[in-house]
Amino acid sequence: MIYRSLFPRDLFAEFDRLQRELDQVFGLPSIRGVTRGFPAMNVGSTARSVEVYAFAPGVDPATIDVQLEQGVLTITGERKPEEVPQDATVHIDERFAGRFRRVVSLPDDIDPNAVTATYRDGVLHVSVARREAAQPRRIAIQ
Amino acid sequence: MSDQVVKREATPQDEAALRPPVDVIEDVGGITLYADMPGVPKDKLDVRVEGDTLTLEGVVDLTLPEGMEPLHAEVNLPRYRRTFTLSKELDSDKIAAEFRHGVLKLRIPKAEHLQPRKISVAVV
Repeated sequence: MIYRSLFPRDLFAEFDRLQRELDQVFGLPSIRGVTRGFPAMNVGSTARSVEVYAFAPGVDPATIDVQLEQGVLTITGERKPEEVPQDATVHIDERFAGRFRRVVSLPDDIDPNAVTATYRDGVLHVSVARREAAQPRRIAIQ
Repeated sequence: MSDQVVKREATPQDEAALRPPVDVIEDVGGITLYADMPGVPKDKLDVRVEGDTLTLEGVVDLTLPEGMEPLHAEVNLPRYRRTFTLSKELDSDKIAAEFRHGVLKLRIPKAEHLQPRKISVAVV
């Protein structure tokens, strides 16, 4: 314990401890880095379908790969970085570039054969129908 | 109470909005700005310059099926907004805008008389 008294106020160690505590609160950084969650996703449901919206602006729709396997929807693709002319200076660089992959687990009652995907205004919209049997039915009371 | 009072448009400036990520690249001729605003149709995009302030604004318009209940939302506001201050050497009258697949590209040239000129040094 002699060290503690020798260095009673080690500010750097304090900052380090604070950083670790913040990491605990906000989640540890992934070994794959921060992908900034690209594309951002919204998911909604209706009685007849599950609707997934992936906000993937500036991606060539032909290069987006959408797969549905065992109730898991996977969206992969790549967004190319913008070209920077020679002798140009990049002042702000916030937009995602590179390969992306996002995975959503869908409810059990979906019909994997009734999926549509459209890309409009930079948003990929995947609509997956639910099976007929799972749709709520009104039961008549005799 | 004069006729010259200009009514502000109903677009509420204070309404909460998402801040679109941007890339800003400068070369000798001017500045190129890219902004991600997915879900905004062309007619709901608004790019304007007032004084030396550049404002980008867009309203998200998705066709949602009737009766949809949200389960998970990362884009949780239907509006993007971001403002920048333009420096004096930029020619805001000559801004060119392109909007494709939810990405806005702006080209803001530098005023011509302010473009860099190489001055040759005479050796005496």
